Amino acid sequence: MSFRVHVRVMPRVGLLDPQGQAVEHALSALGFGEAAGVRVGRAIELNVSAASRSDAEARVRQMCDKLLANPVTEDYLLLVEEA
Amino acid sequence: MLKVAVLRFPGSNCDMDTLRAVERVGADGCFVWHRDTDLKGADVVVLPGGFSFGDYLRSGAIARFSPIMQAVQRHAAAGGPVLGICNGFQILCEAHLLPGALMRNAGLTFVSKPVDVIVERTQTAFTSAYAPGERLRLPVAHGDGRYVASDDTLRILEAEGRVVLRYVEQTEGSPLQPNPNGSANHIAGICNAAGTVVGIMPHPERVADALLGSRDGLGFFTSLAAWQPRGSVSNAPTR
Repeated sequence: MSFRVHVRVMPRVGLLDPQGQAVEHALSALGFGEAAGVRVGRAIELNVSAASRSDAEARVRQMCDKLLANPVTEDYLLLVEEA
Repeated sequence: MLKVAVLRFPGSNCDMDTLRAVERVGADGCFVWHRDTDLKGADVVVLPGGFSFGDYLRSGAIARFSPIMQAVQRHAAAGGPVLGICNGFQILCEAHLLPGALMRNAGLTFVSKPVDVIVERTQTAFTSAYAPGERLRLPVAHGDGRYVASDDTLRILEAEGRVVLRYVEQTEGSPLQPNPNGSANHIAGICNAAGTVVGIMPHPERVADALLGSRDGLGFFTSLAAWQPRGSVSNAPTR
């Protein structure tokens, strides 16, 4: 089976996120003062062949732990859908 | 003669300056391509600055899996000296040869300028030529230079004296150039427990000759040229 996996990598909560701060300031300057807590991360999508949804998720978790996310500074979320 | 391997990744751009600094202190320098699998018998390994793999994903994240890095892991595990400069430091962190990580500068801009650092640890393969507490003015040129680590890791680094270089703090009216990136504890460089693996953000190879306006960085290279494998005589094989 083929799955489309969406990976969301975000800077760990509590670590300084200067990109998020800069975007928040820019939004505020544009009149969107209600925007708060802005953080900037990275989205990665990939197709994975696997026997099951859980197998696909397990493989992508390994990819995240090894390469796609830095365990020191980032957390990630996965969304798996049938391709 | 001491043999020094300067690694080259696609996107390395301080490799030639680093090799020249190595040769200036009388060591035998050679380039080693990232797809190679052995270090050509080198005693010391230097990972130079640059933008390996375009800094894609994260700085150093892809270079860390280049074939040569397995040889670097074995070299480091055997007590061989490894120096990572700038992107080289980022690669060593991604490769878990040093703890922590280097994140986007707090000010978000790429910073290219001289900064002032204090040499806090001289018992390493790369800083033995300096005096403890010596202040150096070294150039930095990075966008991802903000050192971060867990509180536990920072505590261990401080307790074990593993902060090799520290930026001076911003003080009003001081002519000194302070921390340019917001790093934790003003850290500019760290080492492993043995002091054999060192990572630094500043570029000593750019100030290793009076012709370049300063020789503040030369000590990193005279230190490595004087390095002796523990318990061995002169250039006895370490493997």
